[in-house]
Amino acid sequence: MTTTTTVHPQVQPLLKRLQFRTLFGWVMTGLVSLCALLTLMPLFAVLGFVLVRGISRFSLDLFTKLPPPPGLSGGGFGNALIGTLIVVLLGTLISVPFGVLTAVYLSEFSNADARQKEIARWVRFGINVLAGVPSIIAGVFAYGLLVTTGIFGYSAMAAGVALAVLMLPTVIRTADEALKIVPQDVRWASVGLGASNYYTIFRVVLPAALPGILTGVILAMARAVGDTAALIFTALFSTFWPRSLLEPIATLSVLVYNFATVPYKPQQELAWAASFFLVMLILIASVASRLVIRRQVKR
Amino acid sequence: MMNGATPQPEPVFRIENVNIYYGHFKAVRDVTMYIPKNQITAFIGPSGCGKSTILRCLNRLNDLIPSFRLEGKITYHGKNIYDPDIDPVEVRRKIGMVFQKPNPFPKSIYDNVAYGARVINYQGDMDELVERSLRRAALWDEVKDKLKESGFSLSGGQQQRLCIARAIAVEPEVVLMDEPCSALDPISTLKIEELMHELKANYTIVIVTHNMQQATRVADMTAFFNAEPTPKGGKVGYLVEFDTTKVIFGSPKQQATMDYVSGRFG
Repeated sequence: MTTTTTVHPQVQPLLKRLQFRTLFGWVMTGLVSLCALLTLMPLFAVLGFVLVRGISRFSLDLFTKLPPPPGLSGGGFGNALIGTLIVVLLGTLISVPFGVLTAVYLSEFSNADARQKEIARWVRFGINVLAGVPSIIAGVFAYGLLVTTGIFGYSAMAAGVALAVLMLPTVIRTADEALKIVPQDVRWASVGLGASNYYTIFRVVLPAALPGILTGVILAMARAVGDTAALIFTALFSTFWPRSLLEPIATLSVLVYNFATVPYKPQQELAWAASFFLVMLILIASVASRLVIRRQVKR
Repeated sequence: MMNGATPQPEPVFRIENVNIYYGHFKAVRDVTMYIPKNQITAFIGPSGCGKSTILRCLNRLNDLIPSFRLEGKITYHGKNIYDPDIDPVEVRRKIGMVFQKPNPFPKSIYDNVAYGARVINYQGDMDELVERSLRRAALWDEVKDKLKESGFSLSGGQQQRLCIARAIAVEPEVVLMDEPCSALDPISTLKIEELMHELKANYTIVIVTHNMQQATRVADMTAFFNAEPTPKGGKVGYLVEFDTTKVIFGSPKQQATMDYVSGRFG
């Protein structure tokens, strides 16, 4: 009571009261929050679903045993886990040297003259197109190039090449960006000390860009781990332990693809457990790459 | 300090009728001067007058800029360093550089100093070289207990002295300094200036500075550059006057120099 009487007339309109714009603000805040929640839902739904369906089978056996033959229960996806690691590692070993050296060209050597710039523009364009290529195309490419020709046949090698094609754009783009962030001063300093271009790049520029490059490699690996289409007709599948890089090899994603739809319960459960494990693997990889970035920012 | 009457020491560099272009743009015209041995030569002048450009020509660092082109001669002990039979990488080993912003490598203090020596495949005692270079750069006492720490852990002034240590570790004959104190506080600046006086005994130093007091404090010789508008609407830098620091700041022969050093423009 006393407060209302003491308010100066100039202050009166400043007091809070219910207006249309206040209401509108409330409604809109609610709407955007709802949309944000809805977009998060699929993530948690997927996580929750594979967790519920997959967790029941989680045990050490899962990682150490072979999948059971149809009709039997138990077993695990040990061979597929090792197969995935092998295939992704092969893809990484192929794509990282090519990718990083391409990025070195794009960022360090393509500014020399107009012709080089033009080449770099086309290379970047090509990488962008490659980044949009569906993984099944990468699979068909490796199939046509390495499997049907009999160079490798259905094998871990062919699968590694298919995955490398998928990983290449991510590796190149992130390495290119990471190299560009390295301050120009550092290059001048090194060259000013009488270092050659290559010495400068390998001793100063690349080490400085390493955290960024690692992030890109981890992200590319995360993509490769989960990819199925590139593997279906390159790696094929196997119910045995991997013995050689030139034989068909089991992988987690193809195991999910094969087992999810078969009419046997143990196989279906195995597919769910493998799905859960894959999702966790990708989650961990994403978090790890974040941590690498954060460390780089701190320095 | 010398005056105009004393005989000049042997020049390390002679810059003769140098014009510098970036593409079709003429950046600097008609520079003729010399850099005396074991002395400090300062380049002063307003922004955009080509001081840094000239400085970077002395160790062919401008070669990194694709459109760069130089006419005229820059001789180092009588040999034109722009001759086709000169290896620019070797030139930079003899003529070191310290930059405006301290730019240590993202490596340990030790590795920063050892970098240049590793470039030239130095076979001697690396620990000894690192210590000697850091001592000469007046930084040893501050960093001797943390040689393995990152070069970035140092303060700005320390980082700049680290860069000086890094530059002198390869035993160059000349050290070029491009506004080495412009990013530093007055105390660090003073330390670097004292350091330059000490380095003079072993090295020839060329410094670009915006700070005229600094030029009077450290330089034996001073070159004053200015920029003039071109008909096409750009600006071209040129050398106005080159003489002992005493003459440039006391009784310059050119009116433009007088105006600049007395603070009337620039």
